[in-house]
Amino acid sequence: MNTGLYKYILGIADNCLILGQRLGELCGHGPNLETDIACTNLSLDLLGQVRSYYQYAAKLKADDSTEDDIAFLRNEREYVNVLLVEQPNTDFAYVMGRQFLFDAFHLMFLKELQNSHDITLSAIAKKSIKEVSYHHRFSSDWVKRLGDGTEESHSKMQSAINDLWTYTDELFHLTEADEEMIKEGIGVDTPKFKDEYYNHLTDILEEATLTVPESKYFHKGGKLGIHSENMGFILSDLQYMQRTYPNMQW
Amino acid sequence: MKKKWPLWEIFVRSKNGLEHRHFGSLHAADAEMALENARDVYTRRNEGVSIWVVESKHITASNPENYGELFEPAQDKVYRHPTFYDLPDDVKHM
Repeated sequence: MNTGLYKYILGIADNCLILGQRLGELCGHGPNLETDIACTNLSLDLLGQVRSYYQYAAKLKADDSTEDDIAFLRNEREYVNVLLVEQPNTDFAYVMGRQFLFDAFHLMFLKELQNSHDITLSAIAKKSIKEVSYHHRFSSDWVKRLGDGTEESHSKMQSAINDLWTYTDELFHLTEADEEMIKEGIGVDTPKFKDEYYNHLTDILEEATLTVPESKYFHKGGKLGIHSENMGFILSDLQYMQRTYPNMQW
Repeated sequence: MKKKWPLWEIFVRSKNGLEHRHFGSLHAADAEMALENARDVYTRRNEGVSIWVVESKHITASNPENYGELFEPAQDKVYRHPTFYDLPDDVKHM
């Protein structure tokens, strides 16, 4: 098995899985019917992308593993999503702030992944990019609305951005698998668009009349499997069915 | 939501060449949000290619109380339907 490629795929897919799970928690709990449906739509888009990645990963593994095994049966330390996506749905400003900070990265990432030498990854990127363009439009609209809204929405949006900002740097950390795949022309050289990413955030936040955080301290660990305390709770929800009723099917 | 967002009427064209049809209504703060919400609520199963939104307050509706004077007079005017007239056999393609 091509271990580097396998790990690289998980590095992309786990972000979508955990963010999709977080958004799915809002099902039936959104601020109103319209936003509730919108958030679950985002979640379903991400889970659809996850399936393509995990199916490919399962094929590489070439044992009896299925996409479901990869999604549901790993231990916490084996998930390599960034810490940003596991942050809780504290309030709607957090949900949209987290989404925006991730979408901006995700969109730039997929644009590059389209040129991957791996045709499966490039095909997944081409299919996903339309969905993610909409996600980005939706979340950046909300950041602007809340930031440039009432005094209360402004202060909630600002504190969400301040808190979540410290998780953005990790998006650009390179694992061994990342570096190996970049060398082979399969992976995306993310540090290349780091400046573009932060410039873009600055543009949107300024339009939203928000202050760009100046924090120099950034959290890290998720990409190496070292997660925040949120992760165990997410996984216990996510894995409950498969752990309790192994091989259960719908 | 303490303050309710206004109501919008949503019209969706399901295919190019067809007309926009009324699909339902939803709440949104402004037209742009109404479009995004309509996209998520009404076109997630591939129902449409184009969306119109209009704030419900801009629609002037007929009053059901006026049904009698508005619509009943048309009921006994069968001659307003083309089927009322006997066509000569020589007229083809009707």
